[in-house]
Amino acid sequence: MIRAMRKLLAGVGASAVFFAGAAHADQPRPWETTFQQPATDIMRQITWFQDYTLWFIVPITLLVLVLLAWCIVKFRAGANPTPSRTSHNTLIEVIWTVGPVVVLLFIAVPSFQLLTAQYSPPEEPKLTVKATGNQWNWDYEYQTDAPLSFNSAILADGDRAAAGKEDKAVYPRLLAVDNEMVVPVNEVVRVLVTGADVIHSFAMPAFGIKVDAVPGRINETWFKADKEGLYYGQCSELCGKDHAFMPIAIRVVSNDQFNTWMAAAKNDLPGANKALMAEVDNTKKVAAAGN
Amino acid sequence: MAHAVAHDDHAHHPRGWVRWVYSTNHKDIGTLYLIFAIFAGIVGGGLSIMIRWELAEPGIQIFPGLASMVYGVNGDAALDAGKSMFNAFTTAHALVMIFFMVMPAMIGGFANWMVPIMIGAPDMAFPRMNNISFWLLPPAFILLVTSMFVPSAPGAYGVGGGWTLYPPFSTSGQPGPAMDLAILSIHVAGASSILGAINFITTIFNMRAPGMTLHKMPLFAWSVLITAFLLLLSLPVLAGAITMLLTDRNFGTSFFAPEFGGDPILYQHLFWFFGHPEVYILILPGFGIVSHVISTFSKKPVFGYLGMAYAMVAIGAVGFVVWAHHMYTTGISLDTQRYFVFATMVIAVPTGVKIFSWIATMWGGSISFKTPMLWAIGFIFLFTIGGVTGVQLANAGLDRSFQDTYYVVAHFHYVLSLGAVFAIFAAWYYWFPKMTGYMYSPMIANTHFWVTFVGVNLVFFPQHFLGLAGMPRRYIDYPDAFAGWNMVSSYGSYISGFAVLIFLYGVFEAFQKKRVAGANPWGEGATTLEWQLPSPPPFHQWEQLPKVK
Repeated sequence: MIRAMRKLLAGVGASAVFFAGAAHADQPRPWETTFQQPATDIMRQITWFQDYTLWFIVPITLLVLVLLAWCIVKFRAGANPTPSRTSHNTLIEVIWTVGPVVVLLFIAVPSFQLLTAQYSPPEEPKLTVKATGNQWNWDYEYQTDAPLSFNSAILADGDRAAAGKEDKAVYPRLLAVDNEMVVPVNEVVRVLVTGADVIHSFAMPAFGIKVDAVPGRINETWFKADKEGLYYGQCSELCGKDHAFMPIAIRVVSNDQFNTWMAAAKNDLPGANKALMAEVDNTKKVAAAGN
Repeated sequence: MAHAVAHDDHAHHPRGWVRWVYSTNHKDIGTLYLIFAIFAGIVGGGLSIMIRWELAEPGIQIFPGLASMVYGVNGDAALDAGKSMFNAFTTAHALVMIFFMVMPAMIGGFANWMVPIMIGAPDMAFPRMNNISFWLLPPAFILLVTSMFVPSAPGAYGVGGGWTLYPPFSTSGQPGPAMDLAILSIHVAGASSILGAINFITTIFNMRAPGMTLHKMPLFAWSVLITAFLLLLSLPVLAGAITMLLTDRNFGTSFFAPEFGGDPILYQHLFWFFGHPEVYILILPGFGIVSHVISTFSKKPVFGYLGMAYAMVAIGAVGFVVWAHHMYTTGISLDTQRYFVFATMVIAVPTGVKIFSWIATMWGGSISFKTPMLWAIGFIFLFTIGGVTGVQLANAGLDRSFQDTYYVVAHFHYVLSLGAVFAIFAAWYYWFPKMTGYMYSPMIANTHFWVTFVGVNLVFFPQHFLGLAGMPRRYIDYPDAFAGWNMVSSYGSYISGFAVLIFLYGVFEAFQKKRVAGANPWGEGATTLEWQLPSPPPFHQWEQLPKVK
């Protein structure tokens, strides 16, 4: 039954995408009413679970609405001048106590599965990146043999041209950064998150991850992105005046592209980023021409 | 004692300002609380409309100019001060609405007024303590408002940490005096509430009329009794937590400073050990009110009275063991999250019992749709929406995506702004004739309801969509993709603001027209003791204690 529901929901989801038109898959869209398109299996599970809970909570809300409407119509003083004096009915009280318990059990089982999955990476991580939240930008530190670290801050409008990021559809206002975190596709990436000054929160909606950057402790999360692209998130714990201006951008690329970028970035980060952007654009054009 | 013939000299009560400032009369103090709550509600609502005005379109429009006007800064300094001012507004909006609007209205106002009358008591157990409970509130409010005008972080004014005041942002992050003033304000408001809670518990346990056992006590008194216990048990924990903030800030301690062995997450546990019961403190009296209103206008006794009473007891008790569902993303362990998911879901069961029992109370009734009933029915439906999204948020796996987004904002405003506030207005229209002796204009009152209903739903329903799409809360500016629903939400807030004007006009009109309401304007359905007294009730009631069958 759950599988049938999944299929039905997938259909609903697909039509939503259709109505949204030419959607960019990895950032919020105008008049969005659902989650962003998932780019990890965990986010797909979260999306499925959210849709699944809707199958309970929407009917429950409608049931309450219908019962209220029924009372309003049938038991208004005009229609029912003499009120009943009923104030007890053990059977119905048992039903509406046990009924919700059953509903909660139906929600709880997949809920605990989802929660467990979020803490069970399918394999050992290929890459570990430490993300440190500062007021008001992020430091990324690649925990590799020859460490690579850089700062990632919101892209100032004046720097768009120099960075080659003038297209606001790809590099939207408040989301685009100067240096994206670059990770390989289809690999488990471990993220170690901490805060340098106050609490921040590292969030990536399309990946289904959010973990607080708490000074004095290192929190761990992981993701395995299965679609190449540029993904955006935003700081999700109030951290001061520029809380809204410290976005998180993760560029998911092929393994080859990642290795090339990694090798170049240690010496020349801006150059490596530019080369990667050109490479990604090129791949896209080739793909488009191939169609 | 029981047949206290006492002084039947009604005339010797104090007059003029002495009557109010020195008041030891629960009804006068209740009136003061209600006036205070209306005033604070206008302030808190004004803050929220400014927030929505800023968020009506992408970009930063309002706050730099406002900061420039208020703080006298210009240029980039105004932009920075404006950004901080936005955070100060969200913080103050929450604190004002919680501590100075909803709690004073429900507990200080309606409970003070009605609980002694309903249980057949002449007054509260400790009338002088009742006086100090109220008079602590204006200084607390002044401290909080003052905090908005003094420095916090460099170049910033007012407490900008959100009502949760998480360190280190509330300690090293904002060294200025604003935070100290806010902490002191919460201390004073908290003391006021603890004293009030002691008063209610003592009154309800010891001063019920002969024959009124706990199991015959009206549900509103039950709800206030449970609320008072929640206050008494949770507020000292908050007081401890913010005292530790204060000493971390000023006296070199390091409870929450990781660089000296402290832990910022410890504060979050302490805060939410208070904070979660606090949200039930805000809604439980509303449960009591709605039960009375539904029963009165359905002309039926409350369905499943004992179930209703003990559902509230269960909600209050379980409410103490679910706090870390506010902290799923802080790094607490998987097993901890599993436990809090489970415990949180349990609360849905007694809450469901209450919803269905209200509907069953209406079932078979002879319902008249007077204004209080409109608010109560609106409450049931909108609280259900907020309740079911709460069930979603209980799931840590799903909350990972919702935490700190507008989905959470939508959820808690559906249970508080559209739940608690609807209950407050239900109570207002239900007891206004009793408290003042005058009948409100049903036309104005119903208009107030419908405009509010449309307004608040426009504000908060689209925020579910914003949350799903990933918009974080407490943002002064947002990516352009979020513009559409934010615009709708902002227009909703203007409509809700207009509804407040209708409300105020309705109050004015009622006092101007002086339509006499009579002892019981609601008829046979109104069975609790307050309707046996004239409207307004005498200065001292129940000098002959009522006998309860």
